Amino acid sequence: MIVGLFNYWIVILMMMLGFYVVIAANNLIKKVIGLNIFQTSVFILYISIGKISGGTAPILTEGVEIYANPLPQVLILTAIVVGVATTALGLALIVRIKEAYDTIEEDEIYLQDRTL
Amino acid sequence: MSHLPALQIVLPLLAAPICLLLRKSSLAWLLALGVALCGLAISIVLFHRTLNGEIISYAMGGWEPPWGIEYRVDRLSAFVLLIVSAIAAVTFAFANRSIAREIPLQKHSLFYTALLLCLAGLLGITITGDAFNLFVFLEISSLSSYVLISFGRERRALTAAFQYLIMGTIGATMILIGTGFIYMMTGTLNMADLALRLPGVMDTNTVRAAFAFLIVGFSIKLALFPLHVWLPNSYAYAPSVVSAFLAATATKVAIYSLIRFIFTIFGVDFAFGEMPLQVILILLSIIAVFVGSLSAIFQLNIKHMLAYSSVAQIGYIIIGIALVSAVGLSAGILHLFNHALIKGCLFLAVGCVFYQQGDATIDNFKGLGKTMPWTMAAFVIGGLGIIGMPLTAGFVSKWYLVLAALEHGVVGMIIIISVLLGSLLAVAYIWRIVEAAYFNQPEAAAIERGEAPLALLIPTWILALATIYFGIFTQLSVDAAMQAAQSLLGGK
Amino acid sequence: MLLATAMASIFLRDLFALVMLFGIFSLLTASFFLNLDAPDVAMTEAAIGAGISPILMLGTLALIRNTSAPRVKKTIRATMAPILAVTITGAALIYATLDMPYLSDPLAPAHNHVAPRYIQQSLQEIGIPNAVTSVLASYRGYDTLGEVFVIFTAGIGVLALLGFMYDASGRRYSQFADTASLNNHTILHVISKITIPLILLFALYVQFHGEYSPGGGFQAGVIFAVAFILYAMIYGLEAVYKVVSMRVIRLTMVVGVLLYVGTGVASLILGGNYLDYGALAHDPVHGQHLGIILIELGVALCVASVMLSVFFNFAGRAAVPPDAMEEGDKST
Repeated sequence: MIVGLFNYWIVILMMMLGFYVVIAANNLIKKVIGLNIFQTSVFILYISIGKISGGTAPILTEGVEIYANPLPQVLILTAIVVGVATTALGLALIVRIKEAYDTIEEDEIYLQDRTL
Repeated sequence: MSHLPALQIVLPLLAAPICLLLRKSSLAWLLALGVALCGLAISIVLFHRTLNGEIISYAMGGWEPPWGIEYRVDRLSAFVLLIVSAIAAVTFAFANRSIAREIPLQKHSLFYTALLLCLAGLLGITITGDAFNLFVFLEISSLSSYVLISFGRERRALTAAFQYLIMGTIGATMILIGTGFIYMMTGTLNMADLALRLPGVMDTNTVRAAFAFLIVGFSIKLALFPLHVWLPNSYAYAPSVVSAFLAATATKVAIYSLIRFIFTIFGVDFAFGEMPLQVILILLSIIAVFVGSLSAIFQLNIKHMLAYSSVAQIGYIIIGIALVSAVGLSAGILHLFNHALIKGCLFLAVGCVFYQQGDATIDNFKGLGKTMPWTMAAFVIGGLGIIGMPLTAGFVSKWYLVLAALEHGVVGMIIIISVLLGSLLAVAYIWRIVEAAYFNQPEAAAIERGEAPLALLIPTWILALATIYFGIFTQLSVDAAMQAAQSLLGGK
Repeated sequence: MLLATAMASIFLRDLFALVMLFGIFSLLTASFFLNLDAPDVAMTEAAIGAGISPILMLGTLALIRNTSAPRVKKTIRATMAPILAVTITGAALIYATLDMPYLSDPLAPAHNHVAPRYIQQSLQEIGIPNAVTSVLASYRGYDTLGEVFVIFTAGIGVLALLGFMYDASGRRYSQFADTASLNNHTILHVISKITIPLILLFALYVQFHGEYSPGGGFQAGVIFAVAFILYAMIYGLEAVYKVVSMRVIRLTMVVGVLLYVGTGVASLILGGNYLDYGALAHDPVHGQHLGIILIELGVALCVASVMLSVFFNFAGRAAVPPDAMEEGDKST
């Protein structure tokens, strides 16, 4: 059991580290990086689903019988793209926030909005 | 004709990139409006075809499900498609004049492109029969709504969009985790196929956790208390059209997805029998009604106020769903429809005020009963709808909600009391505006500005009249909601 | 290793180091994917996670001119709430694993319902050996269409947020200052002259060989964009602008997306379902081939131009004098 699930536990640990950075970080860029770590760990989870022992990459060749499951890989290709799209948008927002508030610390922005 | 389900999504997807190339704002607007109207026509046809309970299935790429991606239109999804595309048609009509004063001209074609993408995303979520495809379209609609919100004039629009981006992505990632888990246990992503295969593995921790993650993910998206914190600022600082469009559609589509996962995929027995979902949902919804309504009373910015009121109204919808009876579920679905009309009407009316006065704080409303009589009349109709006065659409859905609660003994009484108290609170926050508008003298500048142009008033009044129409002639909407609820609960 | 890099991200306050660390994290992830028999995904993760994302993050850091986050004193409540949320979520996840099929168990349900068809029949039905490409482009081609639109949306968003600059007199700002800080390095010039053509060549290989080996439109598009970005970093933005202007990028972005949507519409017109490439030619397998080539081209065009557009918008922003402002900001 430990061998079979060990991989997932490590992935979950990473996922939670990323999740923690997202919600606890005060710096907006750190938040975005945390989000990326969170998402990347989910990608690893998916790809792990697709692994089959003794299999190879799902490129069909003669003489090979067992292939990894291509479906999770396809889903994750899509999800990676979604992730980078979100990152790009988030970073662009950060640049504009910096220009408008002159800070990218969450608490300082909050203070500025309060005193407005 | 058989390709209608695909066309419903492909038309806006096709129009969006073309829109980017159009340099002239009015051309881009005409294209967007034309597409929205076509979409409305398609959804009416689809709605009509599903009325008798037929389920339209469309195999994308010609690959039969579960190997390919399936589009699946049943009564409920046809109804939600109709709501979204109708609201889109009305708000898009409003957009042209409204954004002229809120967004710099150079960005207009970008704005319409994002609007079309958002529409396509929302429709795509509703129509798809594939769990992962839902995630993809959820991201299209989410990313485009972050963009749309950031078009707002004030700098707080940027922080609002960023906060929404972070929370929305956490929500979407949770949905991704949940989808991954159920794929792991069943080997399929098609919703109908999942419903068949899940019962076999129901009694596993993995499926239970998957369910929890999906529910939390969608709850963030639909702004259920206490995960609603992204909503008020996003709606308050977005351009007026965007507030109206998103408030009337985005959360509704998320609620639709929640219903879809609970009732179609996991099934009532699992969701409410094995998981303590009912208690949690009803408790949170009741808190949402109070917190939302109370916060609404203290807002000076009227768009903020309407946004908090949305949090409360979402509470009513979720209460209806969580009652799990045919009446309760149809009350929820009905309120989903009615609230879309009412909130759309209110936000558009505020958009008119914003257009004329340049802002929408309570001070801007002073004396508008005299200077902008039509706008304020529409606002009052919408306000009565929120309160739930008889002869407005809001009354009908609350009536059914109370009827459903009556079947539930003590819990039901608590629900009824909170619905009544919530309505009283709604009276309080709507009254503040009415008082400002009708019992104050207008400022000289406001008199000079006068009434909003017809191009803004007509869309606003379409929704105002719809609010009254569906309050008096309830048959159409009630039947649609009832039948959708029955096919969700009963034999498929 | 992965865990260590992720862990460090909590405690690092130097943002520059953090971004570098994230790049390493992604590269490690990519090699892990390769280990799990997912070369396509590994390639994408390497190009995105270790390539594009850090470049964008560094670009952002350059724009905000601030590379360290100050230490923030937090109340106990402010630290406890996230820890609580994370613990609950983590516990739910661990709980979920207890009933999971073990890693690489061939009897797991995931491998035995839908997936076998992709392995066993895709060669007859679609005719290309890379099963990932078959599923991506055909069986689940509609998801990929959605993915292209997600990227497109991000392109629109960045354009809307950063793409419009006006100088003090209100004119559209399009002059680039000296962004090419590496301009004077002879070694870089020589090396880049050799490597950039190779990168472009590699991108083309990845594009057109994607049916037989790992790769495809998406990866090719990213690599293609990276070649231009490298060129821009060494020779300056203006040099790249001579080759591809913002107008051209905007156009290719649209053309790429339309190529994909259009392929679907063509199959509609020719009597198939939406995106049913089998309708594109008399022989269904042939039609599949044609369709996949077309949409992969669309994906590559769109991805490359969005990436370039995003990069240019970030880099172009850097060159703006402080008195230039977003027009929307003036009113506030």
